[in-house]
Amino acid sequence: MIRNVYTRLLVILVILGLALWIDLNDNLIIYNPFNDTRILDKNVTTSLGLDLRGGLQVLLEADLPQDVDVDADSMETARSIMENRTNALGVSENVLQLAGDRRIVGEFPGLDKTDEVLGTIQQTGLLEFVDTGDITFPPGSTIETDFAVSGESTATAEGEEVTTIYHTIMTGKDLTRVQVGQDQLGQYIIQFELTSEGADIFGAHTTANTGKYLTIVLDKQVISSPIINEPITGGEGSISGNFTLESANELVKLLRYGSLPVPLKVVETRIIGPTLGEDSLNRSLIAGLVGMTIVILFMGIYYRLPGITADISILLYAAILFAVFKLIGVTLTLPGIAGIMLSTGSALDANILVFERMKEELRGGKSLKQAFDQAWTRAWPSIRDSNIAALITSGILYWFGSSFGATIVKGFSLTLALGIVISLFSSLYITRTLLALALDWFKPRNLERWFGI
Amino acid sequence: MNILGKRYFFFGLSLIIIIPGLIVLFTGGLPLSIDFTGGSLLEVSFANQSPEPAEIIALYEDANIKDVQVQTSETGSYIIRSEFLENDVRDTVLTTMKENIDEPTVIRFDSVGPSIGEQVTSRGAMAIGVAAVLVVLFIAWSFRGIENAFRYGISAILAMLHDVALIFSITAIGGLFFGWEIDSLFLTALLTVIGFSMQDSIVVFDRIRENANIHRRLEYETLVNHSIIQTLQRSINTQLMTVEFLLLALAMFGGVTLRQFSVVLLVGLMSGTYSSIFVAAPILVVWENKEWKTWFRRKTATA
Repeated sequence: MIRNVYTRLLVILVILGLALWIDLNDNLIIYNPFNDTRILDKNVTTSLGLDLRGGLQVLLEADLPQDVDVDADSMETARSIMENRTNALGVSENVLQLAGDRRIVGEFPGLDKTDEVLGTIQQTGLLEFVDTGDITFPPGSTIETDFAVSGESTATAEGEEVTTIYHTIMTGKDLTRVQVGQDQLGQYIIQFELTSEGADIFGAHTTANTGKYLTIVLDKQVISSPIINEPITGGEGSISGNFTLESANELVKLLRYGSLPVPLKVVETRIIGPTLGEDSLNRSLIAGLVGMTIVILFMGIYYRLPGITADISILLYAAILFAVFKLIGVTLTLPGIAGIMLSTGSALDANILVFERMKEELRGGKSLKQAFDQAWTRAWPSIRDSNIAALITSGILYWFGSSFGATIVKGFSLTLALGIVISLFSSLYITRTLLALALDWFKPRNLERWFGI
Repeated sequence: MNILGKRYFFFGLSLIIIIPGLIVLFTGGLPLSIDFTGGSLLEVSFANQSPEPAEIIALYEDANIKDVQVQTSETGSYIIRSEFLENDVRDTVLTTMKENIDEPTVIRFDSVGPSIGEQVTSRGAMAIGVAAVLVVLFIAWSFRGIENAFRYGISAILAMLHDVALIFSITAIGGLFFGWEIDSLFLTALLTVIGFSMQDSIVVFDRIRENANIHRRLEYETLVNHSIIQTLQRSINTQLMTVEFLLLALAMFGGVTLRQFSVVLLVGLMSGTYSSIFVAAPILVVWENKEWKTWFRRKTATA
């Protein structure tokens, strides 16, 4: 049998206590007993995926040719700009995450502001400062620039009308500060500051091109096409035009928020209506209860005493799993629930393997004590190997899911991996301890009644 | 009980189910959903009107949208598939619906760019491939104590491929008769089945490993057969549990649109257990006996 049964029981009870504490509270707070400060204050609300609560999911991709490498820092900057923009809309619980090296997944629960969110996101604005030589363009006109043009568009076939492609001097990436100001005459102007790199480029260009036009373009659309009055070398400058306060503010906003370092496009949109989400959630809750009840009955009736200990350990497994999800903030989705199903199945399988083994040993004439020990020792290699294989698979799938913004696969593999680890603890530690205790208490003699042999 | 003696019967049985589906698959093509091909799916319901699908198609075609298909669900909503829609086009569509039919309620909207779908498919296949190779290596390593450890890994993967082929086949047939599609939920079911399939095969193999060390003089075929019988009760009980879980899934995804998921999962999970007994283990024996040498001779040689 096992030594230290009561120590093990204590460990289990402590873990159960912790798990229940996390399960039943949305905020974990521990006060320091000596003063009133909080040692721990953690929010552990269960977060449901969009498929269970409704919402909007958008996948954005760097709009550059496949063979152009995207700088990781630029992607991160683009992500945080997007986050700021959408947060400014007042939508709660936005999540924007990088997925792989050229994609961003945005999740927006609830659907009150779908249109605004989509609008803001689609205004992915790539801001460019373009050398247009002696030509000035009216705001709103479209021009072609040489920034991030794929190989195809530069190779124009003969006979076709060749559109002029203007040179981009720098992009919005180099802007550090933009604000509305007034000049000596009280006219509204746009004041801006550049990064040191930008200041060099800008200084060199404006020195060489004084008197020419510098066109500011957002998504290839002209916003403003001012003339270069004098070289701007200090990294600070201003744009003057016939601005009203309103139009100046508008332009500042575009310059500020339009300064994405990487052009992005929406490649995938998913909207899940709130009723569909709620329906799925209810169904899975009911199904979980029904499923658990049947499992518990089956295990108890078929395996008798060991079955009942397994039942308790499966319930503990569920409590611990849920607590771990809340603690590390796993978002529950439908595929995630499938992952939980699979890991619960493997927790049951481990118990079944052990119990079948135990019956075999008992039938073979071993004593209860011997059968108990043999059951776990002999079943261990198969439990170990099958679970390691499952962990390998879920590891690969997690990598695939997170590098591809495939949230389905990611949710599945994460809950599966966590579930497997906890299921091992449940079947190897909890069931074993409880069964040892039960054998000790009841000292069963009638194998048929207690073990169903 | 001599299960292995009838191994060619069981191989045949599997083929009878798999081959027709694969024929459908290769002649009719994979019924891929927009998750893989790219495109849009809009599910809407109208409070007061129930327009004919043709009306909706006309409305889409007026907006110059191609590849429009409309399906009605049993709850009275309309599932409209089309080419990839930009968000402003979707807004236009919804506005025209409101003007011409009735205020639509969006139940779900999925729009997947064509390049994304393509990449997800190829990288997904790659991920499963990498996982399979790693599992083969792991099993070979874990079984290193007994002869021909590599065979165990390969056989487990063959059994897994059997299950994958079976559910693809079932889906292709379902696609032919009920308009089933290979979508992201199918992917979830596929992953679940792969997980269970590996687990089942490893449990049977583990018993072979154990017995091989105890009964060193036993003939391989008898040894394997004996191991199968010993793990049979566990296989049946775990399967009962998983079938039970399937009932869970059925209740969970009980809606009409998601029935496919439940059926695919049911078939796949059963196949996972079946293949561990009737495919994975027999392959080991076929390999051990190098039976392919006699496949093309007289029939009695294999029986």
